[in-house]
Amino acid sequence: MSGAFSVVGERLPRVDAMDQTMGKTQYVDDMTLPGMLVGRHLTSIHAHARILSIDTSRAEALVGVHAVITGADLPITYGILPISQDEHALAVGRVRYVGEPVAAVAAINPEIAEQALALIDVSYEPLDEVVTLEQALETDHPMLHGDGLGQNVHRSAALEFGDVEEGFARADYVREDVFFFGGNTHAALETHVALASYSQTGKLTLWSSTQVPHYVHRTLEKVLELPAGRIRVIATAIGGGFGGKTDPFSHELTAAKLSMVTGRPVKINLSREEVFYAHRGRHPVLMWVKTGFENNGQITSMHFKTFLDGGAYSSYGVASLYYTGALQTTTYRIPNYRFEGLRVFTNKPPCGPKRGHGTPQPRFGLECHLDKAAADLGLDPVTIRQVNAVEPFSTTVNHLRITSCALVECIDKVVEASDFTVKRGRLPSGRGVGLAVGAYMSGAGLPIYFNDMPQSEVQIKIDRGGGVTVYSMATDIGQGSTTMLATVVAEALGLEPRDINMVIADTDLTPVDLGSYSSRVTFMAGNAAVTAGAKIRSRVVQAVADELGVDPAQVVTKGGRVGVSGDLDRCVTWAEAVRLAIAATGPLVESGGYTAPKLAGTFRGAGVGISPAYSYSACVVEVDCAADTGLVKVERVWLAHDIGRALNPLLTEGQVEGGVYMGLGEALYEEHTFRGGLHRGPSLLDYKIPTALDMPPVETFLVESDDPEGPLGAKEVGQGPLLPVIPAVANAIHDALGVRIDEVPITPQKIVAALRNVSRGRPGRIGPETIPDFEFSRLTRVEPPEGFVTP
Amino acid sequence: MTIRLPAFDYLTPETLEDAAAALADPDRSVIIVAGGTDVVPKMKRRQMTPEVLVSLSKIESLRGIRRDDEGRCVLGASTTLAEIHGSSLVPEVFASAAGDVASPQIRNTATLGGNLSLDTRCNYIDMSDSWRQASGYCLKDGGDTCWVAPRSNKCWAISSSDLATVALALGGSVKLTSVRGERMVPVEELYNNDGIAYSTQAPDEILVELVLPKDCGRATYQKLRRRGSIDFPLLGVAAVVSFDDAGVCASARIVVGAVASAPLRATEAEEFVVGRSFTKEVLEEAGRLATQSVRPQDNTDTGSRYRKWMVPVFVEQALRAVADTSE
Ligand SMILES: Cc1cc2nc3c(=O)[nH]c(=O)nc-3n(C[C@H](O)[C@H](O)[C@H](O)COP(=O)(O)OP(=O)(O)OC[C@H]3O[C@@H](n4cnc5c(N)ncnc54)[C@H](O)[C@@H]3O)c2cc1C
Repeated sequence: MSGAFSVVGERLPRVDAMDQTMGKTQYVDDMTLPGMLVGRHLTSIHAHARILSIDTSRAEALVGVHAVITGADLPITYGILPISQDEHALAVGRVRYVGEPVAAVAAINPEIAEQALALIDVSYEPLDEVVTLEQALETDHPMLHGDGLGQNVHRSAALEFGDVEEGFARADYVREDVFFFGGNTHAALETHVALASYSQTGKLTLWSSTQVPHYVHRTLEKVLELPAGRIRVIATAIGGGFGGKTDPFSHELTAAKLSMVTGRPVKINLSREEVFYAHRGRHPVLMWVKTGFENNGQITSMHFKTFLDGGAYSSYGVASLYYTGALQTTTYRIPNYRFEGLRVFTNKPPCGPKRGHGTPQPRFGLECHLDKAAADLGLDPVTIRQVNAVEPFSTTVNHLRITSCALVECIDKVVEASDFTVKRGRLPSGRGVGLAVGAYMSGAGLPIYFNDMPQSEVQIKIDRGGGVTVYSMATDIGQGSTTMLATVVAEALGLEPRDINMVIADTDLTPVDLGSYSSRVTFMAGNAAVTAGAKIRSRVVQAVADELGVDPAQVVTKGGRVGVSGDLDRCVTWAEAVRLAIAATGPLVESGGYTAPKLAGTFRGAGVGISPAYSYSACVVEVDCAADTGLVKVERVWLAHDIGRALNPLLTEGQVEGGVYMGLGEALYEEHTFRGGLHRGPSLLDYKIPTALDMPPVETFLVESDDPEGPLGAKEVGQGPLLPVIPAVANAIHDALGVRIDEVPITPQKIVAALRNVSRGRPGRIGPETIPDFEFSRLTRVEPPEGFVTP
Repeated sequence: MTIRLPAFDYLTPETLEDAAAALADPDRSVIIVAGGTDVVPKMKRRQMTPEVLVSLSKIESLRGIRRDDEGRCVLGASTTLAEIHGSSLVPEVFASAAGDVASPQIRNTATLGGNLSLDTRCNYIDMSDSWRQASGYCLKDGGDTCWVAPRSNKCWAISSSDLATVALALGGSVKLTSVRGERMVPVEELYNNDGIAYSTQAPDEILVELVLPKDCGRATYQKLRRRGSIDFPLLGVAAVVSFDDAGVCASARIVVGAVASAPLRATEAEEFVVGRSFTKEVLEEAGRLATQSVRPQDNTDTGSRYRKWMVPVFVEQALRAVADTSE
């Protein structure tokens, strides 16, 4: 690599590492503005109730309170997806989950704000609560959205590609399994915070810890009925997102509204408990999968059903639903495929996107299902995956275009490094190894609202002193996007990443990037930066070539100099080169944009799952589980990730380790559980994220498949590596103890219960037995894409 | 939003006498604060809103660990758990159990007195005020129902102190002081199996020190928790035994913690093992006997069934640990 690149591929620290490490990074909560007020929400104490009245007069009368607002002050609905605008900043008429914001106050200090909340009188009429999937499918409960009684189905999907029945008919062996994936949440270290300031001149500025300033901008425009040009959204430094800050949130709107009402800046910092209620985390998914195989393990057909418990609002739900069915085909060649999915509303905090959005749940089911099938077919877990692995530059039956793909290399790497084949089935009782794979999108192929504009724009402006400033709306949520952009531009200009000034995530200053979600930033903003960097470079190179009287093709940019390749004496400094270019051709300002190729098929749901490229991962986990206590210790994790190109291996390994960490948490500890509509433990003591002591050593292998469309060949790494970890843990526990825990989290109680079953002669399995008897209507049959070859 | 504390007065007496006098204030609600690792979160959650906090931090005599003339280990109430964990004067089982409490950060602040005086816990009460409003205030919280066992008229909050379990097994005693004078109380008599009236210590009594016997025999503490750090015990079993020369058990104290509102002695199991060698069968029977007396509820992490299953496993594990003479 080093031959072709100068800074790309180097293990350089993040450009913002020093500030972060020294505690100098400014988060929203570090900000104070003159006259600033503290905002707080009064939240619902009912899971489902009609609001009969809200009396704010006592709160308003409290000295130190500047304003109290309710749903009546913000009547316009919003939602991240244009098709499901079902949220109010403050509940209007009805509350649908415990913790839903009902009123907001602005006061001179937190103590008075809190007292004011206690003085707001809300009168509720409790309604029948709908808290489980089963209840949501019954017809005698109130509908959460709409009037009267009925099923609480948000959305269902039914798609068939090829001929599934024909595929089953030709199978040698058919297997069905049922799995459950418990809901969990992001648990970012920084809570959600927003600071709004509405100026005398009628301009609103909102600083927010958000992954999506552009969508927040649009939501403020809609709900506050202000022209977009009079709203400035600045995404400040973000202390973790993981998808939890990818919706527009109530507190962003209420802080803004309170600032408009009071004429003072207003800051709202959600409590940890409120963050649990704001949620948008992993959907609980019940799933059923049926697959036909040939004796050699080749898949002939697959039918996958998913049932998502969406919580009270839509959020990304329609997308989440389709994602539970979309990516199964990106790792395995499935010639015939039917997906049926259903999302229901329940009186719980709304679910949404969390790292892997909608795909870790089916990936867990699929990878455990494959291991079980392999055992029945007398194949080992490696073979069944190799036999079915998708090929690079192919198309899946559900119309996904696959480009670079190093899935098989990833499997080989982890199998070899872990000694998987030697260890499996041969370690002492209680110890075991498990394998699983996964794939993820490098950015959703379509923007969230329909438009033909670039999904990412990057500008570069060069100062006459040689200073380079890059402008991008991409938000750095810890994944290192700012460093990535600086690296890509530095590479083009022959500079170091730390030489590049970065202006990011400010709607007044930076051109649009849609935000940090769907692993899109390296691919899309990276490509836009490559384009912009190349334009600057070519102008500078041309000017220097003219000055030196050589062919531009001979000119290189390297080490802060621009000169003749192979003739080090004939060069100018970067600053001189810049001045030459400005003198020759005017202001040195360029921009680049990225628009994903048109990849979507024409069927309903075709927009979900398409991506300009997919990353691939394979993972082996080794566990040590105590049969008497069911406590699982993860000894080691090997993870190989096809990243296309590691623009910075240090950062990409960090993403892999973070994904492993989060995956282990979901596999073994974390669960959003409820008693009725009440969260069982909305705190970081009760909600168990792994501690440093629970984190095993991770061996990371970066596989570079050099994607033809990726920026310098790169693909995503922020989400994909999480996917195989969870099923690999389940498969390892099976290898260790011979029991199958077909639901996550795999708690010690479930392991012991499974072993107790075995000792009583019953199957050593814990997990759901059945799925609801739901008639999916309107199956859309889609022909496989042209040129699709049945394996 | 960092949740704010309710308003309170903060006193920092420099002597035990002044502290005792402050605690005896008849007009205001007064409580002791030591490390504050339990008091502060509880106040933030509005589980209690005392008017006055009496800090023990300035009372030098409450600090430190020593051996007295009879060789007994005397631990001052304000000694931090980190200090206990690192001390060679403390019986090993106690030092190691102190290292199992909470997390390193908390142990640097948390004190012995606070740990032994820890309120009982329950996941219906250790919640924010709005959560408790949503659920309905429980028995311990001024309501009239225990949500854990709605038909019982008793509170089932859990004794969650690791060190109480160990101190009881070791046969320790505490010195308490108040305006009424000083008294020594065996740890065995310090706790009640009642989630509300969990302690026999009066609210104005200061725990001054813990005295542990000189010879602690063979002792172990086995704590069940899901993560490597932070978590309260889901179950804790302490065992202290001695053997005669023939390898027959001469004395045994087995205490099961975190399954009831007080640490409980498993007396039937103790009686059973005395006079026997620790064979596999004996340990199994001891585990079975210990389980009979406990009824864990569904009011902490993991289900009650699992904690019940784990009682015999941990009792056996503890007895195996003390039986092992290979060291
Ligand atoms: C996240 C977390 C995890 C925890 N995990 C554990 C755990 O695993 N095991 C465990 O045992 N505990 C645990 N704790 C509880 C607590 O931190 C410890 O028990 C600690 O030792 C309490 O000591 P403190 O000095 O901070 O007590 P404080 O909070 O100051 O006081 C606790 C109680 O004791 C009373 N008190 C304090 N000192 C005296 C005294 N000298 N005389 C009379 N009464 C007194 C106070 O009035 C109060 O009621 C945890 C706490 C947290 C926040």
